[in-house]
Amino acid sequence: MAEVEETLKRIQSQKGVQGIIIINAEGIPIKSTLDNSSTVQYAGLLHQLVMKTRSTVRDLDPQNDLTFLRVRSKKNEIMIAPDKDYFLIVIQNPSD
Amino acid sequence: MEIVYEYVKKRSEFGRPCNFSDRPADLHLDIQPDAELAACFFALDSRDVGMQCAADMSEHEVNTERIESESRGINHVEGGWPNNVNPQEIEHTMRFRKKVEKDENYIKAILKLGTQMEYSIKQNNTIDIYEEYFEEEQVEEEEMTDAKEQPAAKTINVFRDPNEVKRTASSLSWHPDGNHKLAVGYSCLEFQRAAKGMSFDSYIWDIENRNQPELTLKPVSPLVSLEYNPKDSHILLGGSYNGQIAYWDTRKGGQPVEMSAIEHSHRDPVYKVIWLQSKTGTDAFSTSTDGQVLWWDIRNMKEPTERLVLDPSKKENLENALTAVSLEFETTMPTKFMVGTEQGLVVACNRKAKTPAEKIVCTYSGHRGPIYALQRNPFFPKYFLTVADWTARIWSEDIRESSIMSTTFDMAYLMDGCWSPVRPSVFFTVKMDGTVDVWDFLFKQNNPTLSLKVCDEALCSVRVQSNGRLLACGSQLGTATLLEISPGLYTMQRNERALANEMFERETRREKILEARLREIRLKERSRLEQVKEEEVQDAEGEESPEELIARAEKEFFQIVEAEIMKWKKEVEKEKEKKVSEQKKC
Repeated sequence: MAEVEETLKRIQSQKGVQGIIIINAEGIPIKSTLDNSSTVQYAGLLHQLVMKTRSTVRDLDPQNDLTFLRVRSKKNEIMIAPDKDYFLIVIQNPSD
Repeated sequence: MEIVYEYVKKRSEFGRPCNFSDRPADLHLDIQPDAELAACFFALDSRDVGMQCAADMSEHEVNTERIESESRGINHVEGGWPNNVNPQEIEHTMRFRKKVEKDENYIKAILKLGTQMEYSIKQNNTIDIYEEYFEEEQVEEEEMTDAKEQPAAKTINVFRDPNEVKRTASSLSWHPDGNHKLAVGYSCLEFQRAAKGMSFDSYIWDIENRNQPELTLKPVSPLVSLEYNPKDSHILLGGSYNGQIAYWDTRKGGQPVEMSAIEHSHRDPVYKVIWLQSKTGTDAFSTSTDGQVLWWDIRNMKEPTERLVLDPSKKENLENALTAVSLEFETTMPTKFMVGTEQGLVVACNRKAKTPAEKIVCTYSGHRGPIYALQRNPFFPKYFLTVADWTARIWSEDIRESSIMSTTFDMAYLMDGCWSPVRPSVFFTVKMDGTVDVWDFLFKQNNPTLSLKVCDEALCSVRVQSNGRLLACGSQLGTATLLEISPGLYTMQRNERALANEMFERETRREKILEARLREIRLKERSRLEQVKEEEVQDAEGEESPEELIARAEKEFFQIVEAEIMKWKKEVEKEKEKKVSEQKKC
């Protein structure tokens, strides 16, 4: 429990990190550093995206599986680390 | 005839197994060839018949139905909560969350994911993993391929008039910054042919969304010309068919904010309105076929701030005035402006002249039809482009007799044209047969560099976006087509400015020399004419002498005759005297 907090604090303190969201396999946000409405929006949209990506990877090669997903946009980068039951989402502003 | 064979079997023998046996063929029917029928046909020696061992194909045209798509947002509602948790109640959700957080799986998963995530974050922070290496090489490659690339243009989007009664898209105006919007003014320019149910609306389109206009402008009368204010991108000024000017603020909706008073407006459709460069950014001027140029301040639309009558005899006589169809104003030269008329003259005027008579500086003649478009070259303001009748011509301000360069006479009438804002030698024209021509005068002068047929009906207006890449053209049935032109036509070549300048100067010099020569010839003609006149006068005096000569000749003749008669008489007398003297002697 404490390690989880520590990990999240460490991530939050990295340069450029704008927010962290943890969602479970059903898309319910468990923990978030953003406000509720943004959290719900991110959770809903990204959950679908990860499901789609994962099924794509597995369709192409059934032995394969999704390990990490980065969505880079003009303004920031959304990084999603998927696990069997939970997803860790971090929104970072790459400072370059 | 029927070929029938009867097969008889006893009922008691039904169902018996068949016992097949061979037997020779039994002829049932023999049809002999009929020689008489053969006489109806005759044999052909040889025939050309196409034989191909391929499947028969037929051509069909298929057109998919146009789907109307709309952009809509999705409202996210929380879901996914298990049955026993009510998402509205904060306590339930908190409890659920706390329970999950205590789960061992959760802790393990998060720790693992956390390390992964940290690695990526740190990676992002140290280097840009999406950095483009060798970007310059890529650009060079592109340039090289561009040089060999054929100029081309691609249709990106087509905006159709949503009303049933189609009107001409008579004027287009790009949004001054951002270039994502296009304002199109619709009207029916044919005299008294506007259909009864014709809508007066004009639209502002977002170039991404072609199904629905972003904003509808509702004027009192259809808009013939429409312009965005270059300084304030929310304000648009429209000139309408009944001669009034109106301005809109897009933040306030589709109704005009203010319209000019009809007594002081134009009496004919306002063919062109242009915003002026001023401190307040609210000045504009307009022109129409009633022969007037009016200046307005949009804050006070009750009457124009200034009036000019385009009377070439400078007497402000409205009946003599030239009727104007286009207007030109360049912000770098705020005191000068030019008017293109229906009579084919371009009138250059000075705004700061003291008396109205001095306002008209000079006229440029040479076109045979109304001048539909008039624009100065954005790089070299001394040269301007006019589009009228079947040609497009480039003029230099100094030379008034004729244009310095001209395109060849086209089969179709040219309706509108404009310079490219990024390349000094490229301009675009549209024609009545629905084609868009891209002319690059440095490359080719006889033919357009690119000629593209956009639609079957006439194209009435064309406008280039300020980055030179997109071109919008409006047609007679109200469709505005958005074209993207190939990079070769909007990237400036290395010393294009210098080359274009040289070309224009060379042509100007040529015209000057031609003008000088023409003047010389004219002078000579004139002096020769004068000489001929003097000779004629002399000839007139000489003409009387033949008559005199005749009279003189007659007189002389009679004199000689009389002299002879006298002589003869004298001789006769002398003989008589001789005879008398001889008689006396004897």
